[in-house]
Amino acid sequence: MIPAPFDYLRADSLEEAIGLLVEHGDDAKLLAGGHSLLPLMKLRLAQPAVLIDIGHIDELSYVRDDDGDVAIGALTRHHDIATSAVARISAPVLAHVAGQIGDPQVRHRGTIGGSIAHGDPASDLPAVALAMGGTLVVQGPNGRREIDANDFFLSFFEVALAPDELLIEIRVPHAPNSQWGFEKLTKRAQDWAIVGAVAVRTAAGVGVGLVNMGPVPLRSNAVESAVAAGATAAQAAELAAEGTEPSADFNGSVAYRQHVARVLVRRALEKAGV
Amino acid sequence: MQIAMTVNGNTQSHDVEARTLLVYYLRDAVGLTGTNVGCDTTSCGACTVLLNGQSVKSCTVLAAQVAGEQVMTIEGLADANGTMGPVQQSFQDCHGLQCGYCTPGMVMAITSLLVENSDPTEEDIRIGLEGNLCRCTGYHNIVESALAASRIPEMRS
Repeated sequence: MIPAPFDYLRADSLEEAIGLLVEHGDDAKLLAGGHSLLPLMKLRLAQPAVLIDIGHIDELSYVRDDDGDVAIGALTRHHDIATSAVARISAPVLAHVAGQIGDPQVRHRGTIGGSIAHGDPASDLPAVALAMGGTLVVQGPNGRREIDANDFFLSFFEVALAPDELLIEIRVPHAPNSQWGFEKLTKRAQDWAIVGAVAVRTAAGVGVGLVNMGPVPLRSNAVESAVAAGATAAQAAELAAEGTEPSADFNGSVAYRQHVARVLVRRALEKAGV
Repeated sequence: MQIAMTVNGNTQSHDVEARTLLVYYLRDAVGLTGTNVGCDTTSCGACTVLLNGQSVKSCTVLAAQVAGEQVMTIEGLADANGTMGPVQQSFQDCHGLQCGYCTPGMVMAITSLLVENSDPTEEDIRIGLEGNLCRCTGYHNIVESALAASRIPEMRS
């Protein structure tokens, strides 16, 4: 399978990337690791006229402690997050989940920014950003702004980025010693989640994210509220399907996915010490 | 567009379409057909090569994306005299292949795995090969081959 023709442009700096986005606007797609976009292009589900390759902007590849947060450059590859000492200590659930995406080859190429900006509800990292109360830093020709992860995922594969903006950094609150659980149901180890659930417990409370339970990555407010009100893991997990609209496909019906969500949320909460 | 990269230590330069995938660049432009196209959907791992020393699936990388970088294919593991590299030799010693179609990808994935973990357990290897499928159901000897390769002193350095 070969993608439809396109013009390939390589940006070697953030400024150059923004300049090219301004110039090409809606005709262009950004290419980071390419492990979400290229498969869609090979299936001709995406046919951008221009590809702007930002994969060589090294200044956007880092994991560091920064002002009470863990800051991750958008072009940091999953493998580098999974093996980052800073991530493993200060955001252990993020490091763990990054190490569960796809397979080693995918983790060597895929980036956190690409995964989150793609807005695929079946991806694991958006749910972690939601559960941890993360913030997304984006930059365009008019400067930088921060978007709460809760406000970032708008609809199916649509996120709150303007056509001339790019995601440059993902920030999650510093969470050393946090308790957490991540549960993913797949048929093969390397597959996307049929359903996934992540729970993170910090001094600030318990956050719960759901993978592949609707058109966008979800935060489970019902479960979080129940836990905050003193519910047990089993009691709170009964609410896990509230407000979800999973699709039905060959992997399972809506009712099946909602049942699996309740089971996985209970397990994730239990692992998080609820 | 004109792109250049280093493949198995040699500089390659070719005029290709921007949409050329790395696996087709390697097979059709460079002429190295040891890297196989399997599923062509980032699943099976038959097209695994090393990019700057790390395993990647070359069906999901544009050749243009890796211009200027270092690629190694299965053909780069043996020395000039044809003496096989340690992972290749272990596959022969342990009968690690049946039909052989997945083998180049398996060998490259294991080469990358052993760089990251020079003393893997059997479980480490089985998890580390989650991105490579063998349809002869022959995983047992593949894992044995990887374990044997990890015990070769050259791989531990």
